[in-house]
Amino acid sequence: MLELIQAPWPWYVSGAMISLIMILMFFFGKTFGFSSNFRTICAACGAGKKAKFFDFDWKTQQWNLLFLIGSVIGGYLSANYLNNGQPLQLAESTVADLNSLGITFDGMMNPLQLFGTENLFNLQGFITLLGGGLLVGFGSRYAGGCTSGHAITGLSSLQLPSLIAVIGFFIGGLVMTHLIFPLIF
Amino acid sequence: MKGLKFIIAGVLFGIVMSKSEAISWYRIQEMFRFQSFHMYGIIGTAVAIGVISIFLIKKYQLKDIEGKVIMIPDKEKGWKKGIFGGTIFGMGWAVTGACPGPMFVNLGQGYLAFLLIIVGATIGTYAYGIFKDKLPH
Repeated sequence: MLELIQAPWPWYVSGAMISLIMILMFFFGKTFGFSSNFRTICAACGAGKKAKFFDFDWKTQQWNLLFLIGSVIGGYLSANYLNNGQPLQLAESTVADLNSLGITFDGMMNPLQLFGTENLFNLQGFITLLGGGLLVGFGSRYAGGCTSGHAITGLSSLQLPSLIAVIGFFIGGLVMTHLIFPLIF
Repeated sequence: MKGLKFIIAGVLFGIVMSKSEAISWYRIQEMFRFQSFHMYGIIGTAVAIGVISIFLIKKYQLKDIEGKVIMIPDKEKGWKKGIFGGTIFGMGWAVTGACPGPMFVNLGQGYLAFLLIIVGATIGTYAYGIFKDKLPH
């Protein structure tokens, strides 16, 4: 059993588990949506004095911060105890495409070339990481949600704004991958 | 402890995101290059089961653990915020390989560089809050 959990999960098991988490949150009386945490963090830091958007009782959102803490623990447990040590099975064509951008596939979860700690201390790495985060934070709040809120909860409840947002996610991802990556890598 | 169930749900989420490899920058690249079915399969399955579950929750007016009928809040209307905001989000998703949840799961996995991404996302959210009224929605 443990061996089965330690191997990468097939897409249908993964997808089913994600919907299970969404349903679990409904039964807990909450709605699954991760990016709201950034708004809560801003509010907890006192941003409510600067903008009305952050002027709410952030303590009502504590449950989502607990979910966030859990997700860090889940990542730690997976990397250290639920891992069979096998390299990631990436499509050959992706390996070749990344190679032509100068990014070598290392079989890990993320390329250390881009996400190794040393990237915090060189200019290109610093700008890429901070800038990427800025785009996600700004964009998810502007769009009114991220992958969990729109692509999972929103599409599951057949909401048109969520479909539009998911189309936006893909426009942005395709533009960045196919048009901007060749310029920055 | 009332909060414990949320921590446990979060742990489960972190494990699912890790074992599905949805937190992998490589897998997101594969997705945006249409070179694997993996990510589409994950999202497709989650939405398919989600649609059926929400249909049943509404049909039978199921209640949450506090006894309240489960209500799924409507997203705000308007297409501009979805297209503009969504596109900005998607660009960041491709660069970092992570949407907000996976940022924290990756941190737990030991990729400390995600701390800077998280700082960026917090500043980005703050910037949105400041400029919100000047943006088309």
